[in-house]
Formats: sequence, structure tokens, C-alpha cells
Amino acid sequence: MKLALNVNGKAASIVVDDPEMPLLYALRNDLGLHGPLFGCGLGQCGSCTVLVDGKAVRSCSVPVSSAVGRKVVTLEGLGTPAKPHPLQQAFIDEQAVQCGYCINGMIMQAAALLQTNSKPSEQQIRAALAENLCRCGTHLRIVRAVKRASEAMT
Amino acid sequence: MTTHISRQLASESRRKFLRTGSALVVTFSIGGIGEAAAQAAPPKTVAADQVDGFLAIDAKGNVTVYSGKVDLGTGVRTALTQIAAEELSVPLARVTVIQGDTLLTPDQGITFASLSIQVGGMQIRQAAATARDALLGQAATTLGVAKDTLTISKGTVTPKSGGKSVSYAQLVGGRDFQLKLDPKAPLKDPKDYTIVGQPIARLDIPDKVTGRFTYMHDFKVKGMIHARVIRPRAMKATLQAWNDFDCRKIPGYIGAIRKGNYLAVLGRSEWAAIKASKAVETTWSDWQGLPDKAALWEWLRKVKINKDEELQKIGNSAETMKTPHAKIVSASYNFAIHTHGSIGPSCAVAEYKDGKLTCWSASQQTHLLRKQIANMLGMPPGDVRCIYIDGSGCYGRNGHEDAAADAALLAKETGLPVRVQWMRQDEHGWDPKGPPTLYDYRAAIGDKGIVLAWESEVFAPDRPKDIAVTLLPAELAGLPREDPHPGNIHQSLAIPYTIPNIKATAHWLAETPFRPSWIRTPGRMQNTFANESFVDELAAAVGMDPLDFRLRNLNDPRGVELLQRLAKLANWPSRTGRVQAGDVVKGRGVSYVNYELVRTYVGVVADVEVDKKTGKVAVKKFYVAHDCGQIINPDGLKNQIEGNVVQTTSRTLLEELQFDRAKVTSVDWKTYPILKFPDVPDVAIDLIDRPAEKPWGAGEPTAAVVPSAIANAIFDATGARLRSVPFTPEKVLAALPKA
Ligand code: FES
Ligand code: FES
Repeated sequence: MKLALNVNGKAASIVVDDPEMPLLYALRNDLGLHGPLFGCGLGQCGSCTVLVDGKAVRSCSVPVSSAVGRKVVTLEGLGTPAKPHPLQQAFIDEQAVQCGYCINGMIMQAAALLQTNSKPSEQQIRAALAENLCRCGTHLRIVRAVKRASEAMT
Repeated sequence: MTTHISRQLASESRRKFLRTGSALVVTFSIGGIGEAAAQAAPPKTVAADQVDGFLAIDAKGNVTVYSGKVDLGTGVRTALTQIAAEELSVPLARVTVIQGDTLLTPDQGITFASLSIQVGGMQIRQAAATARDALLGQAATTLGVAKDTLTISKGTVTPKSGGKSVSYAQLVGGRDFQLKLDPKAPLKDPKDYTIVGQPIARLDIPDKVTGRFTYMHDFKVKGMIHARVIRPRAMKATLQAWNDFDCRKIPGYIGAIRKGNYLAVLGRSEWAAIKASKAVETTWSDWQGLPDKAALWEWLRKVKINKDEELQKIGNSAETMKTPHAKIVSASYNFAIHTHGSIGPSCAVAEYKDGKLTCWSASQQTHLLRKQIANMLGMPPGDVRCIYIDGSGCYGRNGHEDAAADAALLAKETGLPVRVQWMRQDEHGWDPKGPPTLYDYRAAIGDKGIVLAWESEVFAPDRPKDIAVTLLPAELAGLPREDPHPGNIHQSLAIPYTIPNIKATAHWLAETPFRPSWIRTPGRMQNTFANESFVDELAAAVGMDPLDFRLRNLNDPRGVELLQRLAKLANWPSRTGRVQAGDVVKGRGVSYVNYELVRTYVGVVADVEVDKKTGKVAVKKFYVAHDCGQIINPDGLKNQIEGNVVQTTSRTLLEELQFDRAKVTSVDWKTYPILKFPDVPDVAIDLIDRPAEKPWGAGEPTAAVVPSAIANAIFDATGARLRSVPFTPEKVLAALPKA
């Protein structure tokens, strides 16, 4: 069956044999978007996070069909290495990456946070990212990067 | 053992595959991986005693570094780029690093034990120095001037007095050096460094934060199919029956491969393979061979000891323990089983074509992996090529190698390129574990509060054939195995203190419940936890400040300087004192290590708060003084130190493998929780840079001192001595002195 999606501001049409397939696999395998990553498939880690209509959604845990008629934004849709989004730039400036596998989730979750709270405190950033897991222990830099981005986005 | 390929696979898919053709087309190119894969067996040497093993300079003067050590998310790629660019005097942007490709990179050993810079980086530095010296000589001949009148800048050799110059590209561009690596080739004077020692921004970060980076998990080969492995219901169970009737209804399902206790399902799409893994029906034998977790330490004490090994012996501790009126202090410690817990479960791709196998994985040990896979498949190692692609951070030997072997086995069986992605429960359930470790300590204290004797004993798994990091698919499929053994876990049991009588003994055990492997700071973390907790107990027993106590027993000037700087950084002691009102009390603890007694020095102070009502420990802040000799990249180093503190705080407070008699039961992040943002401590760091010294490793040493610093801080806050990692609220409540 054919599904019409809107991803990173562009119409995208994909053919799936199961509308229940998680959105993550459509993005990664059908559309070749590698920002969202598979971490747990259980909604527990956040590495698959994308924005759906501006809200942070764990793409491993929602069916691709649920994205029809909505606007999906992935890490690639925020910015590029040449023209990074302020959050991406802040993560570069703070060198807030070790392996980086969790970073997609951190940036997308932070992007959702900054939409509702443009000047979060450190405590609020920590609380907003509480369910995003990082194993490398990059947390302190991630918090600093989100803070820096919020200050840059006046 | 029979192989079972269901009919669909043999007919439908293979035909389809042949139609699409099997030419290897790699869909991306980074760090030369794609390019390298497309080349036909380049005649490049991988000899570690040849400059050409490590370095190439092309016709444009661009430098390629071939590194057997790989970047596991530590920033080593950037650091190695700095080292090579510095030694060759070329701009950073001209240097590319290719990592962990058995066809292209020398075997520099496993990427572990904090040796990437200390050993791997220094081999590359020496290769670059050899090249630099040879290029200078060649330039002298070309320009007709004396070698010592020349200087190099940006890859161009010029007489110091000016005049005609010649570039690396002109001198060697595109040709081999054909030079033996000279261990004595003169090194650049660190005073002249402009790249090493600088906080150069990591080269991989822009791509990683914009979704452009290619992780192993993103890597594709044309015609690739997807596999999911079906692991036994109990660790050593036998597969008695299986059927894939329900799988056949799944669109895109290809078939299953069964070999002994090994079972995998294949799909044309990833989702088809995942659905098939849930639909396949299996019957396993009942196996209940794991120890009772509730009595793990009692079990461990009864395990047969293969042999005892004396790790440190000074004076005569046994006699000294009998000193009349000496106060004897004793304590036992234990350290739980830990899982690596990479955020991205292991993933690999393999292709078998014309009798040759290529395997892409995030293995930290491609050369060793190649031997293991060749052995498993009965192939000559020369016909197997293993290529590293960055994966999710790995902190030791996790599931990457097993996933690589899964892919290799399935690619050979099917003749199709296969991608294997472990699911979360595979990673948590089946990666090899940090083994459970147990300790007994004794010390004798003389009348003036002087420690007269120290004895420590560790009970840890031995390294005979039966305790090894097997390749899981080889084990399950009953295929030949050539296993490496977790090594060096005895390190850092020996202590740096000047106690006159010391004996440290390892009891090497014949058995351990799970495949043991190295997880960040293997053995040294456990050993240092016990050592530095016991040091703290002794300081308390003689009524001394624990930092002063360490200083008093240390005659290593570098260690003394480090502890003094730590005291300053942390404004030690400024402790709140034992008597505190309220339920939440504060404490601080100190810990120190001279890694393996021969390299990196780290001292830390931990500030904690303990809720005496709930038993919850909050680690508020860590102060770290760190001396790893010459610093290559101070910001990269800080990133590593912060990671060490945060990850180890998690391991110390929360982590413990859960299992029943049949299998691991902590198979996701709910059952194996790790530290979350609100509970992450702040970290303050004082880096001691010694540009004229050798660089030592930093990937692990800080982790070694974290558990004991927390334990010592809890003691400072409450008087409760936590001797069993993790420090769960239950254990804290049980240890609190009764009011
Ligand atoms: S992969 Fe989606 S939350 Fe973990
Ligand atoms: S940076 Fe590796 S998991 Fe967060």
C-alpha cells in the first residue's frame, strides 16, 4: 500500500506492506534518513526521536500510518553541516558528543522543549531529557549545549 | 549439525538475488571505507614495522593514516589525526584516518585498556617521524643543501634561509616509502607543537549532529537482506523443535537458518525479519544451570580455585599480622555483574562472494575477529576481510563481534549479503558481561596508628579454555572456536602505598556464570574499588584524614603533586562533619590510583548526599585531578573524563545484572536502569599537562576511582560502609548505623 508522508518539508511517498510498521523503519530504510537511530524499539531510550507536528515522538513506537497527514521532521531536517540549526551548532560548540548515538534524540527532544520553553533552566533541561539515555556519559555537555542554544535563539 | 534453509530462501530469494546481481556496491564512502571496498585487493602492506603500514602520501600531498586502533566514540580518530599532522608538519585538513580494516591497517591489537594513544598513537607518531626524517634527507639531496638547514611547514620542505623548496607530494606523492619504521627516528620537540596539545574540535561531530554520519547501523550493501537471531530460551538450552509456518504469511519473509542451537530468520525488509522473529515457533530444552542470584557470593566462594597468583609481595605480612597488640582490621567487598549497555545494539553486515568473505562491523578488534571468523567458517584468514565502521559507543568487548559472526555465518550459508541487527533484548541478554568479583582484606595497625601490614585477595575468573569470550554463533552452532580470554584483570590490585608488608593475591576461579569480557576499566575498577575503600577504612581506624593518610603513605612525587592539586581543586577537607541534622546528610570521599602502578595518575573527590530515610544516594559533584603525561587534546580528554565519571556513577549506584536460573532477566532499560539526567553529577577537572612526557591512556583510569570515592563519601556522610556495588537504597539502609 502507498502512504503519502511529509518529511522535512517535502512530500514523500512510500510503499509498505504493513501500515503497522514503526515509523522509524520507514524513515531509515525507505527514505534513507539516518538521523533517527534504533536503540531499543521499546520507547525507553529516545535515540529514534523525531518531531511529528512539532512534538517529540519516539519513531520506534508509532506506526508509520500514524504519520500520514502530519509533518515529520528528522535531525536532517533541522539543519546541515554547512547550515546547522542553533541546537546543532551548540552541540558542535560544546563538543557535546562522544559516540553520538544518543545525540539525535537529545537534539530532537531539546528542539521540542525549546518550542514550549525558550529559556529553560539547567534543571528544566535535565528534567526534559530525563527519559533520553546516554551511555557514554555526555550528559553535562549536552545540558550545556541546550542551554547555549536557548541563549542563541533569542 | 545440519543446516536448514527453508524452501522460500533456496528458490525465491536466491533466484531474485541472482537477478539483481551480486556486485558489491557500497552506498557511501567515509574515511575510505567505500573506496577501499570497491578496490580490487590493493597491494598495500599492513606490516607494523613498515612506514607504509601506517602512512601514505598521495600525489596531492594528502596524508592517509592507517590505524589498527579504532574510535569507539572516544575521539581517538581526531587525536590520531593531530599526532600524525603534527609529526609530519602538515595541516590537519590534509590528514585522513582509516581505521580497523584488516586489508589496510596494521594489527595494533585490540582497542582496549586505554592504549590507543599510548601505544597505537605512538606507533603512528614513530612512523610519521621516520617518514619526516626520510623526506628531509630526500629534500636535502633534491635541493642540494644540508639536511639540518631545512625546515618543514605545511608539507613543504624549505631551507631555513629561504630559497627553493620541495613538497612532500613532489618527494613521495603516490609512491610507497619502502622504509622500515625506525624506533629511533628523531621526534619533533614538543616545544614546537602547534597541533598536539590543542583542543581541536572533533572531526566527526558536525556529521553526527546533523544526521549525516554513517554508523555501522546505517551501512548498506546492494542486495542486502535482513536477519534477526533467535537466542535460546535458556542460556545453554538445546533447540528441540522449530517451525516457521506463521512466518510464511509475512510479506517479505525469506526463510530461516538453523544450525544446532543457532536459529535466525531472514527477511527482505528489516520489518519482515523482526516480525518473523516474533512469529517463529521454537521448543527448547529445560536448562537451569545458573547460580541462584540471591546467593551469588556464597556460590562464588565455593567455586573451585584453579590456581593462586601472588600479584604483589613486600616484606612478610603473615608474620606481621601476629605482632602483639596490633589492631587487625578486615573487610570483604564484592562487585556486581555489569552489562556494557551500548545505546545502539550490535549490528553487522557480511557478504560472501567467490569464496571470500567481507564483514563490516563495529568490532574493536578486526584482526582478531578475522581469525575467529575464519576459524569458525573453516576459511583461510586471508580470505576474510573485517572492516570497522563506527558503532554506538562500546566500552569493551560487547556484542559487536558476535553480531559480526552472525552476519558472516548467515552470509556464507545463504550466499546473500546479510545485515544482522541485534534487538535490545539480544544486547542486554547476550553481550558478554563484566564478571562478578569478590575480595577479602586484612591489615595490621601498630600502636602509633602506623599500618604495619596489608593483605588483599581477589576471587576472579581464570583464563583457561573454558572461560573465554566465545563467538556466540560459533558456540550455539557447534562450530570451531578460537577464543580470546579476558586479560589483565589482575591489574591495579597491587597498591602504590609504602606499607612495609604487603601481599596481594589472586585466586583464579574455574567458573563464572556468564561469558566474561572486558568492560571499561576491567578488573582495575573492581580492584581499585576494594583497595581504596579499604585504605579509607584504615584511615578511619587510625583516625586520620583520608587524604593525609594517602599522602603519608606515598613517596611518589608525581602522585603527591596530584593529590595536592586535588586537595586545592576540591577545597579539601571543608567537610560538613559527621553530625548533621535532618534526613539528608552530606559527605565527601577521596580516592586515588596510579593506573597499573606504571601509568596515568588520577585522584578524585566525590560529594554526595544520602537520604537516611530512603537510602537514596545522590552524587552531586566530582573533582578530578588527572595526569596522563603529554596531553594530545585537552578538550577530548575532558570529554573522556566526564564520561568516565558519569558512566561509573551509574554503574556504582544502579547497575546489576538480573538473572534467574536459566537466563538474563534484565533485558531492557527498565530492568537494567542507568543514570538519567537529573541524577548526573557535575564534574570539575584539573588537567596536569606534561608535554615533555609520554602520553598515557585516559579512556579508563578515572573510572577506576569512582566507586570507592562514592563509598568513602557515603561513609563520611553517614558512617555506613558500603562494600557491595551497586549501592542500592536497600544496601544503604541496611548499612546505616542503628540510631
Ligand atoms: S529506539 Fe525508540 S525509544 Fe529507544
Ligand atoms: S554519546 Fe554515546 S550514547 Fe550518548
